[in-house]
Amino acid sequence: MTDPITWIANWLEKILEGIGLPSGIVILILTILGVLIVVIFVLVMDIFLVWMERKVVARFQDRLGPNRVGPYGLIQPIADVIKLLIKEDTTPKGADVLVYNLAPVIALASVLVIWAVIPFAPTLVGAEINIGILFIVAFGGIGTLAIIMAGWSSNNKYALIGAFRTVAQVVSYEIPMVIALLIPVILARTMSIQGIVESQELWNIVIAPLAAAILLISSIAEIGRTPFDLLEAESEIVAGFHIEYSGMKFGLFYAGELLHALTIGALFSTLFLGGWRGPFVEQVPVLGVIYLFIKAFLVYFLIMWIRYTLPRIRIDHMLNFNWKFLTPLALIMLMVTAIMDKLLSNYSKISYAIVMLAVNIIIIWAVLLVLKSYSSFERQQVGVLRPTANPDAVLSHIVKETSPAQEATES
Amino acid sequence: MTFEQLLFILIAAGTLGAALLVVTTRNLIHAALWLIATLFGVAILFVFLNAGFLGVVQVVIYIGAIAILMIFAIMLTRQVADTKGPRFNENWLWALFISLVFFAAIAYILSLLPEFEGTKPILSSEIDPIKQLGVALVSPDSYLLAFELASVLLLAALIGAVIIAWEQR
Amino acid sequence: MMVPISWYLIFAAALFSIGLFGVLSRKNAIAILMSIELMLNAVNINLVAFWRYSYSLEISGQAFAVMVFAVAAAEVAVGLAIFISVYRRRGTISADEIDLLKW
Repeated sequence: MTDPITWIANWLEKILEGIGLPSGIVILILTILGVLIVVIFVLVMDIFLVWMERKVVARFQDRLGPNRVGPYGLIQPIADVIKLLIKEDTTPKGADVLVYNLAPVIALASVLVIWAVIPFAPTLVGAEINIGILFIVAFGGIGTLAIIMAGWSSNNKYALIGAFRTVAQVVSYEIPMVIALLIPVILARTMSIQGIVESQELWNIVIAPLAAAILLISSIAEIGRTPFDLLEAESEIVAGFHIEYSGMKFGLFYAGELLHALTIGALFSTLFLGGWRGPFVEQVPVLGVIYLFIKAFLVYFLIMWIRYTLPRIRIDHMLNFNWKFLTPLALIMLMVTAIMDKLLSNYSKISYAIVMLAVNIIIIWAVLLVLKSYSSFERQQVGVLRPTANPDAVLSHIVKETSPAQEATES
Repeated sequence: MTFEQLLFILIAAGTLGAALLVVTTRNLIHAALWLIATLFGVAILFVFLNAGFLGVVQVVIYIGAIAILMIFAIMLTRQVADTKGPRFNENWLWALFISLVFFAAIAYILSLLPEFEGTKPILSSEIDPIKQLGVALVSPDSYLLAFELASVLLLAALIGAVIIAWEQR
Repeated sequence: MMVPISWYLIFAAALFSIGLFGVLSRKNAIAILMSIELMLNAVNINLVAFWRYSYSLEISGQAFAVMVFAVAAAEVAVGLAIFISVYRRRGTISADEIDLLKW
């Protein structure tokens, strides 16, 4: 009995067929049951994430965090949920009611759908499609749609401007993310995520560390976390596109953002850290679930670490960073990985891994050299005297007679 | 009526209903959202036709890029009189007549096809449509030239769109 | 009984006619562009339905559909850029008010 979940699924199928239902209905019922189990599991994990977020941020800021509401504050998220549920559910005047109510639902749903293609164990995948990576890119794009719907339907010009900026950032950072997602596809020769995990006897992060870094950075920008959270921080543009939402609708946005971060953690660990791979997982497939979640939480902790350590980046710096640095770097990595993969395809696995790692290190070193020379160029630019705003230049147009002292300074 | 036929009728009816709402809604943002529903229905139909890759590419390109671009353009060109003025021009009866005649003519011509009532052949499992598509798009005796020309077209569209919409200073 | 190809073709013809009605009768230029997108989608459904229901092993239907995607994306981008530019000059985007080339 080493594979309990498949055993339970077969047992249920026999029971339902024994009742006399046609096989199509049996498959439908089992599918709906599977969907419900995954969704409930992920959403319960989401509530746990709220607790983890608050405890970890507290420890980073040298304080304790919630510790009153239950042992170690574990009941705190339940208290948060109850608070959000009993808040008044306002709708701004002039808002488009259907779109206003639909936006948070789509924002959360587009994150939940991604869990359908992440493999939990060698025998446990929601939907084994052979274009899993493209599916993830597609449903990342639907999240953008939810943001525009939220921003426009609030009938608030600041929400609209916040939504525009958010969409500009998310759409810009999708490009290096998609290119970085293609690199494990090249290494595994398949787009199906179960296939990518099965081809990772040596974890992909050893073979392509720069691609992993690009994926991590662009994913953090996609989900709108610091250092890229200009769009929704309370001190900027009055909290962005979800300013008019209160109560459980805001709770859906908030939970969606945390769940998106965990989803990015699970995706990163599936593509680069080996997913459900670990000791003894072929004999006892359920261990795969545990390994996957350990790795996902480690990456989530890394994302939180970056969030609570780095300051915010300004929007023009953010967009420059994307278009002038990340996208060319991602394209270079894609070409180099493809060429090296073709050149090294006949060699043994160890020499393949060592040569790819060496090429990655060479590229990282070259990039750091370029960045160093660019930053010294920038530092010299700061010291250059540039024409600054001078009130005399303006006043001399208004005041026709100039005093002799002003004439002396002007000449 | 098998399950597959029922599902097809539901999805097709939903898609056509959403398309009708696209061309008749007064509020343009609602029209854009109904367009997104229509595109989603078409993506589901692609999956029914075993072209899963095209279905997902439809969601990525049409919904993730084109529809969002249209929503942005609607927001940037909004006039005050949008939701009050007439949404059809004065020839709309003629347009209705022409489109109905067109539909009837196309349906009649299609019904003359010999394989009009044809059923689906079983796809043999040794060919993988995605691999075939990938090989076809980059092999020189297949569609390589069309592929490269499409990329040049997209580059031209990119540069052209930036220059046309550039604000003159 | 499976779904015969006639259902897909009639559906595509209906979608195309709805798009045609939209192009010929709407005033707002962006609504016209949306109707053109409906027509392009109908063409795509047609192509892929014929690919699926024929007995050949060729992939031409899907390859052509990919080209239609690329052309549609390029056309929407340039079209919307033109509309925004026209809106800035003329202040309107209604198709029957933009009827002079230059004055």
